[in-house]
Amino acid sequence: MKEFLEGSRAIAEIVKRCRPGVISAYPITPQTHIVEDLAQFVADGELKCEFVNVESEHSAASVVLGGVAAGVRSYTATSSQGLFYMMEVLFNIAGMRLPLVLTCANRAISAPINIWNDQQDSISLRDSGWVQMYAEDIQEASDFHMLAYKLSEDASIMLPVMVCMDGFILTHGIETVDMPRQEEVDKFLTPYRPLYKLDTADPVSMGILADPDYYMETRFAIQETMKKVLDKIPALTQDFSKAFGRTYNGLVEGYRIDDAEKVIVALGSVCGTVKEVVDELRLKGKKVGLLKITTFRPFPAQKIQEALKDIPKVAVLDRALSLGSYAPVAAEVKAAFFGKKKGPKVISSFIAGLGGRDITKDSIREIFGLLTAKEVSCEFIDLKPELLKEKYE
Amino acid sequence: MFGPLISKPGSSRNNKTGSWRTETKPKFLQKNCIGCKMCLLICPEGCITGAEKNTYACDYLYCKGCGGCAAICPKADIVMIKEESKD
Repeated sequence: MKEFLEGSRAIAEIVKRCRPGVISAYPITPQTHIVEDLAQFVADGELKCEFVNVESEHSAASVVLGGVAAGVRSYTATSSQGLFYMMEVLFNIAGMRLPLVLTCANRAISAPINIWNDQQDSISLRDSGWVQMYAEDIQEASDFHMLAYKLSEDASIMLPVMVCMDGFILTHGIETVDMPRQEEVDKFLTPYRPLYKLDTADPVSMGILADPDYYMETRFAIQETMKKVLDKIPALTQDFSKAFGRTYNGLVEGYRIDDAEKVIVALGSVCGTVKEVVDELRLKGKKVGLLKITTFRPFPAQKIQEALKDIPKVAVLDRALSLGSYAPVAAEVKAAFFGKKKGPKVISSFIAGLGGRDITKDSIREIFGLLTAKEVSCEFIDLKPELLKEKYE
Repeated sequence: MFGPLISKPGSSRNNKTGSWRTETKPKFLQKNCIGCKMCLLICPEGCITGAEKNTYACDYLYCKGCGGCAAICPKADIVMIKEESKD
């Protein structure tokens, strides 16, 4: 049924329908509404679930690790500093191959403290062994949670999935969302069947010591499984399409790129803005397009190569930065084409929208304007040079 | 694909942690042993066995070479030798 919902409410509603048995979270802006609503559902008896209040994100992640280790579908959500506080537990969850879904309401990282949106938090966890999906709008964010559980709990995958949605822009924005009925979700997402679990009748240890004789194989196995995820996601989106009527590409989505001469590559909600600008510029006869990366981990290099092989000029828009090096998404897109015969002549990299600075249609037009034969790296858009005159002597 | 992820109870024997040992290992001479059991009791790995005098020995598959047994032996009947030594 179509409803007019705040993003966080939509996530709470869909997570409720995914029937987690354990939820644990610690409030942090802009994630709070999601778990606030879920706590209300549990208190009102609408969701039969153990909601564990904890004193920190480290504990929240540890509780859901325990929940899923005991064989129960679990859920948590966080943002920014909270995600970083979870960090060592998140690596453990992936290393122990525990299927879990976490919503990351993307927010900038301190210092200076900033509660607004960019993607530095989840991008910084790209090496954690978690699958990462980035939503463009609230409908996607909601639907991705069902896909995420299905993918995560697949017996051939067993890896945790982080659904990333831009803080405020999606978590606090309000859109019409097609919210599936409980029976529909139940049909698509069957109960979790763990391959192994903590059980006093058949005891096992998880997260055990793996000395140099054993450790490497566990990492190799995750790397191999990540490749499998690249095949699994398109298969799952087809099942999803049959069940709910909405079609997703799941890995990357091209928008008006077939004959494009200039294409912006981006993740998340900014893709909506880019599409608007693409439509406007197309009306003026400019051959421009967008390539949205939905799944950033595993990195769909092959799909990106296929989509961009005939595009002369590509601009990669990052809302995060590997300080002292390249922009993370740009570096990987460039790496995907290194040594390839076919590919863009120019792959320029732009940084925009850090700490919640609006990426406006003008910003996108500027990027298309700056995308020329002269390749640029980490070009900041909408920078205020007057703020760089501070002196501390 | 999965690597080794879980273990069943009692499986610590499968981890041959003696591979961590560096430099030196104990040699049980079994000459002047009086069967006081001090080596067995002090061993942090619990890898020393023996009952009568001159029967004590350690399991090199688990021994870390800490030298506790050699240091505590009242008869100096345990000596630390180079890892490469044959005996």
